[in-house]
This record gives sequence, C-alpha cells and structure tokens, in this order.
Amino acid sequence: MSDFFQQVVAGLGSWAIYAALALALVLIHRATGVINFAQGEMAMFTTYIAWTLIVNHGWSYWPAFAATLGFAFVLGVGIQRVVIAPVSNASVLTIVIMTIGLVLTFNGLASLIWSAEIRAFPSPFPNETWQIGDVSISQQDVGTFGIVLVLVALLWAFFQFTKIGLALRASALNPEASRLVGVRVGWMLAIGWGLAAMLGAVAGMLTAPTVFLDPNMMQAILIYAFAAAVLGGIDSPLGAVAGGLLLGVGLNLISSYVDFVGADLRLPVALLIILVVLLVRPAGLFGKVVTSRV
Amino acid sequence: MRRADLIRVGVFVLAAVALFLLPRFISDFRAQQFAYVGIYFIALLGLNLLTGITGQISLGHGAFMLIGGYTTAILMSNQDPPLEFFGHAFTNDMRDIWTIPIAGLVAGLVGFLFGFPALRLTGLYLALATFAIAVAAPAVVKKFDGLSGGGGGINIFEVETRTRPVETTDPVTFETISEPIKILGLEIQSFNEWLYYLCWTLAMVMFGVAWLLLRGRFGRTLRAVRDSELAAASSGVNLARYKTFAFGISAFYAGVAGSLLAIATTFVNPDTFPIALSIFLLVGVVVGGLGSLWPLVFGAVFIHFMQIEWAQRVEGVIPDFVPILGDIDTDAPGAPAVAFGVVLILIMLAFPGGAAGLIRTLRSLTTRGYDRVR
Repeated sequence: MSDFFQQVVAGLGSWAIYAALALALVLIHRATGVINFAQGEMAMFTTYIAWTLIVNHGWSYWPAFAATLGFAFVLGVGIQRVVIAPVSNASVLTIVIMTIGLVLTFNGLASLIWSAEIRAFPSPFPNETWQIGDVSISQQDVGTFGIVLVLVALLWAFFQFTKIGLALRASALNPEASRLVGVRVGWMLAIGWGLAAMLGAVAGMLTAPTVFLDPNMMQAILIYAFAAAVLGGIDSPLGAVAGGLLLGVGLNLISSYVDFVGADLRLPVALLIILVVLLVRPAGLFGKVVTSRV
Repeated sequence: MRRADLIRVGVFVLAAVALFLLPRFISDFRAQQFAYVGIYFIALLGLNLLTGITGQISLGHGAFMLIGGYTTAILMSNQDPPLEFFGHAFTNDMRDIWTIPIAGLVAGLVGFLFGFPALRLTGLYLALATFAIAVAAPAVVKKFDGLSGGGGGINIFEVETRTRPVETTDPVTFETISEPIKILGLEIQSFNEWLYYLCWTLAMVMFGVAWLLLRGRFGRTLRAVRDSELAAASSGVNLARYKTFAFGISAFYAGVAGSLLAIATTFVNPDTFPIALSIFLLVGVVVGGLGSLWPLVFGAVFIHFMQIEWAQRVEGVIPDFVPILGDIDTDAPGAPAVAFGVVLILIMLAFPGGAAGLIRTLRSLTTRGYDRVR
C-alpha cells in the first residue's frame, strides 16, 4: 500500500506542471477559441531566457524567475498582436497553421541561439526528501506543487476581483457587447495570451530541473497538457486543474502497475485519453455541452 | 472532353516528357534530390486532398507515411533475428516495388478506419487528435520491436529484394561492373536514377488519378463538405461516407510516399518519420496552395530544398543579433525550422493562397480571359 501512495505522491509534481500548461491552453481557448500548439515551445523558449539569466549572467534564481515571467508576458502579448490578431477572422485551419509556424520558429530559434545541447537547469528547492512512514516525498515536488497552487490562486483572484479581470472575462464571453461598453477587446485578448505565456513559462521552469533543458523539452509535456485540458474540458479552468491532477497521478499509477504500458507507452496512453474523451464526451468532465445554432 | 481539359492533358504530357528526359541533364546527386521532391509531391497530394479539398485538418500525416514506410521495410526485411508477425518470420519476402501498393493499401485502410472516430471531431479537435497521433506513433513503433526492429529500425540496404542495377564481375579484369536496367531505350545507370524514375512515374500516375477524382462529382462533393458541412448534408451528401473516403485516399497517398521514402533512404527507424515531418507536410501544402493540385510541386520543392540547402544560406544571413543571449552556434540545426516557421507565417499573412494563389493573381493580371481558361 505504501508503494501506491508513493506513486500518488510522485504524480503530484507532474500534476502541477500539466495543470499549469493546461490552464494556459484553456485561457487562450476561452479568450480566442484557438488551441495554441506553440504553447509548449513558447514555454521552452522562456525557460531558456531564465537559464541565460542564471547561468550566463549570474542572476540568482528568484529575480531571474520574475524577469522571465515579465518577458513571457510581453512575448505573449506581442505574438497575439503581431501574428494572431491579423488572422483572427480567418478559418480555424489558418490559425492552426499560424501556431504551427510559431512552433517551428521558437524551436528553431532555441537551437540556433543555445544549440540543441542538453543543459542542467537549477531548482530553487533542495534535492532532498522527507520521510512520512514508508513514503518519501521529494521536496522539489512539494515546491513545484506549491508554486503552481499559489499561481492558480493568484490568477483566480485576478480574474475575480480586479477590473481588468472582469474585462477579460467579459471579452471572452461576449466580445461584441464588451466592445459596446468600452472594453478594448483586442488588448484583452492579447493580455490573455500574455498570461498564458506566463503560465507556460512557470511550467517550463519547473519542468527543466527534472527533465533537463533542451529545445524539445516541452513537446511530450504539451501532449499531456492537451490531454489534461481535454479531459477537464477545454473551456474550464477548474477542469484544467482537475484534469492535470487526474492525468498526473493516473498516468503514474498506470505506468507503474500496468506492465505493458510501463514508461514507454505513457504518451500513447495520453493520446488514447484525448481520443476517448473527444469521442465520448467532447465537452470534457467539467465543460458545458455546447449546441451549435443552425 | 472540354477544350480546357485537352490543353491540360497536353501540358501533362509535355511535363511527363520533360521529367523523363531531365536526368540526362542533371547530376546523379540532383537526380536523387528530385526523387525526394517526387516523394513529397505524392504525400502533399494526399494531405491536400484531405485538408485543402475536404477541409479536415491533419497534423499527423507523417504517421500514415510511417505505416507505409514500415510496411515496405518489414516486407523486404532480412534481419537477424527475423522480424515476426503472428509467427510469420520475414525473410526477403517481397521485391521493393511490389511492396509499394501494399504499403499504400495498409496505410489507406488505417486512414479509412481513423476516419470513423474523426467524423465526430471537427476543426481544432481533429487537429489536436491527429497531432497527438503523430507524436505518439514513434513510441508505439518502439514498443512493438519484434515487428518493427524497435529503436534500431530496419536496414534494407543489402537485402536481396532491393532493386538496383545488376552488378557482375568482369571475367577478364575481375572488376565490378554494373549492368544498367533499360527502360524505353534509356539506360538507368545508378540507384539514384532508378529512384528518380520510380518516384516520378508514381507521382505522375497519382497526380493524374487525383485530378480525375477531383474534377467531377466526387471532388465537388468534397469541396462542398469543406465549405459547409451543414449545407452539404442538407443537399443530401452522406458526410460520413465522403469524409472517411477522403481519409482513406489521403492516407493511401501518404502510405505510398512513406514506402518510397523507405526505399530511398534504405533504412527506417522511428526517427525517419518524426513529428517534424507531419508539420513540414502541412507547410508544403500551404506553400503550394491549399486546395491546389499541380502547384503542390512548389511545396514539395520548398520542403525538400529548405531542409537540405537553403537553410544553410539562411544561417549566413542571420546577424549576431542580441548579443546578450550568448554565443550563437551557426552550425546548430535550428536554421531550417526558423526559416520554415517564418515563411509559413509570412505566407499566411501575405499570400494565403500559396503558390497557386500567386499564379492565379498573376494570370488574372496578365490575361483578361482568365475566367475562360479556368
């Protein structure tokens, strides 16, 4: 039994990362109706910025963390304004192709600037464990968990209690009406992209210490985040968090108790989850079922 | 047959003759490169039929190419220990060119079957599902290593079933000489030339088939599905049937292309068909022009030469920008990806019609009778 709890605890760290990235996807999908395929690559790119600040310029961890979040926000806003906004009325295919273009650009830029070498990334938390009974808890996992929890709470408060948060929700819900009452919807969408990029940056910086930093670091994690977002409902922030939890812990349990799956087939299992959820309940666990008007 | 169609057939025949004679004038190395262009052309025809014509986004066509490539490699293989499938051990079972239709059919069947769950997915969700398939495919291939050779892949370089100019030893000088294969009076000297003729023969045939398929009722129906599923369904179109067929045919094309890629590289492993391949195919379709047919050649040329040649020149253009970021490694493999990405975004912003759209614009500028030619 202690083995079971060990696996659950080990899944919590990855929960936090999937949830953060899934939340980023949900933010953008709610605001602009787009799935951002470049979310993972943007996260990877901003993580490299943090790495440069820490390793090449000798910054300490937390200032670099904060600076990276700022950079990510500006990056997100800029991308929405320059690349996505001009095609916002075009077909889904066009927008998907745009985000794919971003995937290629960021992935290529990262290997061009920092080379494809695998780099170690520092963690702010000690690489030690706490023992509770037979279960050992990694302090890194707890720290990761804590950061994401705080972040989600802050984000929720921002959306709930600030004027900009209200405007953001309004422009996601009904752009036309918001525009009529004076909300600058275009900029609100851009801020949504900025916030999503920040969440992605956090996910990237928390992933890098364990899987090491390289330009393809976030590709598999993006698929897990897709699965988490789809599982929870692509329009539901709460669903993204819950989906991340189910997926992080669930995948850990499946790969340790089902021999056939093991470590090799984790990704295909996530794919299977995406497919099954989309086919059986496209709205996800927490999403609202949408009927299209004819 | 309409007059415009006669002109088209005439141009097609001229193009075929030009393609037939081209290897006389280019080096062996170039012949190989153009063979790859032919392979990409076939794959693009397939993806375009699905995405450009029917409007179903696929970010996972590399996975169908993978199926085709592995089918060919497994059927030709002679590994030690042999690859096994339900007790059957593969030892030089089949000649390379005969595996091509089988590879197409296997991939086509998988595509057709995938079409059923895909019926319930539209737009973004389909993109998501197909993307996930392309990412997950290499992991699945590695898992079934008894059949696929695992991460090490399958080598088809020296197997007996591989076609190449026959090599014999001269009885007098004991030097190895190759006896060329002859086609229509032309001697094919090298493997690369043979590859060129194989790829482009198939490409021309499959182009013709695609043109015939799409010019009539079937093509019209697919375009109707793309433009409005609702309108198509209310006009009596069986959406399920046409979408699954589009998936099947598209995957057949991808399977053939994958099979040719396996023959061309004489080796397959999961990295032969990375996620980047699926994405490059989409780039190719966009460069050629969504919904177009022959301009896809430009897309094929673009994705092949951008990967191997143009990207190196791009590197020289990139200045030592933003010195804060540290030393820029100009040998890094990132340049093609950046170039692909930036070109993709610029095309979507400036020329959403791709090469086909550009040609159309130029033509309507130069001739007033544009509508008649169309």
